[in-house]
Amino acid sequence: MSDVVQVAGEVIAIRRVGAYQHLTIVAPGVAEAARPGQFVALAVGGPTSANLLRRCFSLHKVSPSGAYGGTLDVVIAAKGPGTQWLAGLRAHDKVDVVAPLGRPFPIPTEPVACVLVGGGYGSAPLFWLADVLRERGCHVEMVLGAASEDRLFGVVEARRSADGVTVTTDDGSAGRRGWVSDVLPEIITRTSAAVVYGCGPMGMLRSITEVATAHGAVAQVAVEESMACGVGVCMTCVMPVRGKDGTTRMVRSCVEGPVFRGDRVRWEAFTDGVCRVPADTVGAPRAGGH
Amino acid sequence: MADLTTRLGTLTLPNPVMTASGCAANGRELHRFFDVSELGAFVTKTVMADPRSGRPTPRMAETPSGMLNSIGLQGPGIGAFLDKDLTWLKSVGARVLVSIAGNTAVEFAQVARDLVAHPAFDAVVGVEVNISCPNVANRGLVFACDPMSSAKVVSLVREELPRDFPMFAKLTPDVTDIVAIADAAVRAGAGGLTMINTLLGIAIDTDRMRPQLAAVTGGLSGPAVRPVAVRAIWQCTAAMRENRIDAVPIIGVGGVRSGLDALELLAAGASAVQVGTATFNDPSAPRRVLTELESALDERGFASLTDVVGLAHDRKVTL
Ligand SMILES: Cc1cc2nc3c(=O)[nH]c(=O)nc-3n(C[C@H](O)[C@H](O)[C@H](O)COP(=O)(O)OP(=O)(O)OC[C@H]3O[C@@H](n4cnc5c(N)ncnc54)[C@H](O)[C@@H]3O)c2cc1C
Ligand SMILES: Cc1cc2nc3c(=O)[nH]c(=O)nc-3n(C[C@H](O)[C@H](O)[C@H](O)COP(=O)(O)O)c2cc1C
Ligand code: FES
Repeated sequence: MSDVVQVAGEVIAIRRVGAYQHLTIVAPGVAEAARPGQFVALAVGGPTSANLLRRCFSLHKVSPSGAYGGTLDVVIAAKGPGTQWLAGLRAHDKVDVVAPLGRPFPIPTEPVACVLVGGGYGSAPLFWLADVLRERGCHVEMVLGAASEDRLFGVVEARRSADGVTVTTDDGSAGRRGWVSDVLPEIITRTSAAVVYGCGPMGMLRSITEVATAHGAVAQVAVEESMACGVGVCMTCVMPVRGKDGTTRMVRSCVEGPVFRGDRVRWEAFTDGVCRVPADTVGAPRAGGH
Repeated sequence: MADLTTRLGTLTLPNPVMTASGCAANGRELHRFFDVSELGAFVTKTVMADPRSGRPTPRMAETPSGMLNSIGLQGPGIGAFLDKDLTWLKSVGARVLVSIAGNTAVEFAQVARDLVAHPAFDAVVGVEVNISCPNVANRGLVFACDPMSSAKVVSLVREELPRDFPMFAKLTPDVTDIVAIADAAVRAGAGGLTMINTLLGIAIDTDRMRPQLAAVTGGLSGPAVRPVAVRAIWQCTAAMRENRIDAVPIIGVGGVRSGLDALELLAAGASAVQVGTATFNDPSAPRRVLTELESALDERGFASLTDVVGLAHDRKVTL
């Protein structure tokens, strides 16, 4: 975890892609160490901002050099004040960058078949991952899902990066009507996939894990927990994950994640927008305790 | 260049800037951004006797110039802390201020005893007793909200520490009279005070129309609370200057984001400052605040840090 840099980034391009903003930021020193699945923590609102907490985004791609020095790309859905501020940036605006952060997607040592599943902007890190996997000789299928067509990201890019692409939307405005989990079993079976990579909303990651496990594949999912610092010092981003020893701990998703083996995550703890501490977690409150 | 040396009772530090407990983990993470041994001291995340999972999530909400948190003192327990974290901090040459807590006064003492007995104790320059946490034996009332409970914890911890070992009681501003709590802590043997811990708050999610934090309440921190920190430091310093309570050094904490913010707390009476929530905005913040403080003193022509401690009391206009 020592290759992270903090640099004053400069936006060099910002363009609208469907419901999202795609930013390219000059951030020297990030690309060399970055791997697919890692993320960037951006400060928002400038040096005197009243929005103190960092906003985290998957690295969509990085390039080590070029006319401007190293760059990184992110795909942003404008929601609250921080993402709105970022979406409103113009070329040459400054943004403080901390990256690369977190653990990347593990890459199989053998050239096995893989399925990459992205929900909404969750597809952002998957094209780069697909390129890395195909360099290793892996067969790569992609599944992109979203509520509606404008919330899909990278369908054209997917056709370039993957051997096969399936699109689903909840409303049927593009591809098949339905969820990614509807089409996943057939793809895993047809390709004999050994690994299913996922990035997107927590509910989707849970169902990807269930489908993958039921079909004998390993799920590797990049989670999205609310983060305040992104660098491991605040303990806000924790979730219950079983370790190799079978014991559940509340681990920081910014440091030990964001990528976890899906079958290690205690999905049942997530309900109604809250994540409870399972009773068998290390240090869980005893009755009457904290 | 101003002399940044600060004296906190029996403790002398090369500069007054520290991390704040719970805002810097136990060092490794920030060491990627700056050398933690350059700080006056590194303050560790409050540790208790046993491992703790902390509370359910969401555990935080952003608020104007601040945040609410309800981490619930998640931590590995004193044993693992000593063998892994303190030992690592010692290996990089950090001066460590160890923050401890307990569910009961006796647990505080037990944690202090384990700390003193450990081979890495020689890296410890002081103990910060986080009495701003719930007392299980007193219906969960925060120790620092009651002078008797505060005094009990402080005196039990005092007994475990070597004679004159630097010990700071960390106070909450969520009390009617912080001077009364400060007085109780000092009488019980605290060699100094750290103030302030977070203020209790609630944020409501207006889409779901329910509390944003799973635990409902959380601690408010960040620049939003800085005037409260300055006020608490001011009131205790004034009481010491007027001999209403015994004079002990104060470590100021609350909303420090820049060198000038730090200078504000010093001028109110603090002899050292901690940088907390600002670290989430800028992982280099503690080190940057040190650099900025040094320039701020130079620009104002102060030769020594000690010249500014409590200076605002002398310069207050009398009406
Ligand atoms: C590892 C990771 C990768 C992500 N990748 C992307 C991406 O590629 N594109 C994208 O648009 N979004 C991504 N997100 C989500 C994005 O971080 C949030 O949407 C964003 O932080 C919300 O900021 P806001 O100002 O709009 O909302 P606010 O609600 O004002 O945010 C307040 C605070 O809560 C945190 N927060 C709120 N929602 C989330 C959330 N869903 N996830 C994490 N923190 C949150 C913010 O970081 C901030 O600290 C990712 C999140 C994580 C953890
Ligand atoms: C996420 C978070 C965790 C904290 N954990 C602790 C803790 O474990 N022990 C403690 O004494 N104070 C803890 N605090 C309080 C801080 O040390 C500090 O007193 C307070 O946040 C005010 O300073 P600030 O505004 O610079 O953050 C925590 C604060 C935050 C924001
Ligand atoms: S976001 Fe701060 S510890 Fe993970």
